[in-house]
Amino acid sequence: MKHYLLGLFDDEEVLLEAVDKVKSHNLRIHDVVSPFAVHGLDKKLGLRESRLHVGGFWVGAAAALTALGFMTWVFTANWPTVFGGKPYFSFPAFIPITFEFTVLNASFWMTFAFLVLCHLWPGRFRESLDPRTTSHLFGIVFKITPRMSEADIQHIREVLKQAGAVEVKERIMEKHY
Amino acid sequence: MHPESYIRPPLIHGRKDYLQITEDICRPVEAKPSRSWWVAFSISAAAMLWGFFAIGWTIWFGIGTWGLNRTVGWGWDITNFVWWIGIGHAGTLISAILLLFRQKWRTGVNRAAEAMTIFAVICAALFPVFHMGRVWMAFFNLPYPNTRGPLWPNFNSPLMWDVFAISTYFSVSVMFWYTGLIPDLATIRDRAQKRWAKIFYGILSFGWVGSAKHWQRHEALSLVLAGISTPLVLSVHTIVSFDFSTSVIPGWHTTIFPPYFVAGAIFSGFAMVLTLMLITRKVLKLEEYITIDHIESMNKIIVLTGSIVGLAYLTELFIAWYSQNPYEQYAFANRALGPYWWSYWSMMMCNVISPQLFWVRRLRRNVWFTFFMSIVINVGMWFERFVIIVTSIHRDYVPSNWSMYKPTWVEISFFIGSLGLFFTAFLVFAKLMPVIAMAEIKHILKTSGEEHKRNQLEKLRQQHAVAVTANH
Repeated sequence: MKHYLLGLFDDEEVLLEAVDKVKSHNLRIHDVVSPFAVHGLDKKLGLRESRLHVGGFWVGAAAALTALGFMTWVFTANWPTVFGGKPYFSFPAFIPITFEFTVLNASFWMTFAFLVLCHLWPGRFRESLDPRTTSHLFGIVFKITPRMSEADIQHIREVLKQAGAVEVKERIMEKHY
Repeated sequence: MHPESYIRPPLIHGRKDYLQITEDICRPVEAKPSRSWWVAFSISAAAMLWGFFAIGWTIWFGIGTWGLNRTVGWGWDITNFVWWIGIGHAGTLISAILLLFRQKWRTGVNRAAEAMTIFAVICAALFPVFHMGRVWMAFFNLPYPNTRGPLWPNFNSPLMWDVFAISTYFSVSVMFWYTGLIPDLATIRDRAQKRWAKIFYGILSFGWVGSAKHWQRHEALSLVLAGISTPLVLSVHTIVSFDFSTSVIPGWHTTIFPPYFVAGAIFSGFAMVLTLMLITRKVLKLEEYITIDHIESMNKIIVLTGSIVGLAYLTELFIAWYSQNPYEQYAFANRALGPYWWSYWSMMMCNVISPQLFWVRRLRRNVWFTFFMSIVINVGMWFERFVIIVTSIHRDYVPSNWSMYKPTWVEISFFIGSLGLFFTAFLVFAKLMPVIAMAEIKHILKTSGEEHKRNQLEKLRQQHAVAVTANH
C-alpha cells in the first residue's frame, strides 16, 4: 500500500511559486505531475539534467564506426568488388549509409532508454493520482510514511493551501502510481 | 517560457483554459464516428482493397502486367514512390525544423502532419518493394551473412542507400510521433468512461502519468530527435534524387537535383498537409486551433518552396542550353515539345505559375482558394516526377531503343490503392487519436492564446495610463 498526499493547482505560475514555498518549509516533495512540460520546474525540484543526449551521441558514434568499418571490411577484405572502376575503399559512397545508420541507432536507443528509464511500456497500466492531472491540473505529490504523525500531514496540507492549492487530497494506492 | 509580443496574431482563438483545450481536442475521439466519417472510410477502404487486389495480381503474374518495357523501366511505380516520399517530408519539416526555429504555429498541425508522414512513407515504400518483382526475395537487400559467398548488397548503389534512408526515415518518424503522442493518449485514458477505452488507451499510453522527471526526459528526447531528424529529412530526399542524378541519363545527371528535390518534397508535402487539415479542422471543428494564420504560414512556405522549384526548372533549361551537349539539349526539348508535352506543361502550370498567386495576401488567407491550390500542387508535383522519369528515359541515346509508355489497369489500381491506404490510415488516426498535440498547445496557451494577449495588452494600457497621470 502506498499513501500519497496531493496538492492540486490550476496554474503553472502558481505551481512554480508553490514549489518554492513548500521547499522553504523543508518539506520533501516526492514528485510533481503536470499535463504538459512546465519549463523551469526541473531546476526548482533540483532534478539532474537529462543525460539522454550524451548517450545518444555515443551510440551514434559507435554506429557510425560500425557502418563505416563494416562496409570497408566487405569491399576491401571479404569480397573486394570493382564498381565503375572506382577504388575498393570508395569513401564518399559509404557516407549516406553511415549517416543513416548513425541516425537510426541514436534515435532508436535514445527512445528505448527514455521508455526504460521512465518505466513506460505497452501494457504497463498506471493510474494517475488524479485523472485531472493529465488534463488541466498540476499536482505536487508527497509520500506519506507511517512515521509521519497526523500533525505532520496537517502541516503539509496547510502549506499547500497557503501556496494556492485549489484542492488537497490523499490517495492510497496498491502500487506506486 | 519564451515571451512573445502581443502584436503577433494569437495562435489559439477564443476564451480557452486547459480544461477547454482538453475537451475540444478529445471530443472527436470520444464521440461516435459521424456518418460522413463512415462514408469517407468506406470509400477509402474500398480503394485500398482494390489496390491490394492489384498488388496480388502483380505478385501472381509478375510485373509483366505493368506497362513498363525494355526502354521505360521506371514508370508510374517510381513516380508514385517519389511523390509519396515527397509528401511525407512536410510532417518532419513541421515537427523538427520548425521546432528548432521555434515556430510556435507548428503545434496546431504537427501531430497530424507527422501521422501523415508515416502513412505517406508506407505508401511510398510499397512501390519499390513490389517493383522488385520477386517480392519474397526482398530480404536480399539486407546485409546478412549468407551462403552465397557471402555476397553482400552493393553499398555503393544509390538504390541501396534508399533502402537505408527510407527505413531509417520511417523508424525515426514513428518514434518521434509516438513519443509525442504518449502524454496525449494518457489524457484520453484518464478521461475514458468505457471499459474498452480505459484498457485500449491504457495500453497505448504506456503508463504515462506526467511526472516532472519524465517530462524533463521527454523534452530532452524531443529536442534531440528534432535535431537529428532535420539532417535526416534532408538526406532522405537527397538520396532519392541520387537515384537519378548518379546515373548517366540526360536530364537526370545534374548536380542541382538534391536541393531541387528537397524543395519539391516540402512543397508537395505542405500541399497535402493543407488538403488534409482544411478538411479536418472543418469536420472536427478545430478552427480555433488551426487558424487562418496557420494556413497563411503554410502558404508562405508553399510560395517559397514553389519558387525554388520553379527556379530549378528554369536552371535545368538554361544549363541544358549552356552545356552545348546535344543529348542534354534534346532531353529538355523532348520534355517540352515531344510526345509527353502535356505532362511537362501541366507540371509548369501547376508548380511554377499557380503558387505565385500566393504572393497576394487575400488569396493566402482564403480557405477555399488554398484548398483548390493544394490539390493543384499535388497534381503538379505528381507530373513533375512523371516528367523526370518517363520523358527522360523513353528516348535514350539510340533511336532504335525509343519507346512509349502507358500504364496498365494494374498500375493505375495500385496507385488508387495507395491513396486509399493513405486516407484510410488517416481517418482511423483522426478517429482514435487526438489530431492536435494537446500537451504542446497547452504549453503555448499562455504566450500565444488570444485571451492571454488581450490581458497582456490591457495591462500595458493601464501601466501607460498610470505613467501618463504621474507625468502630469
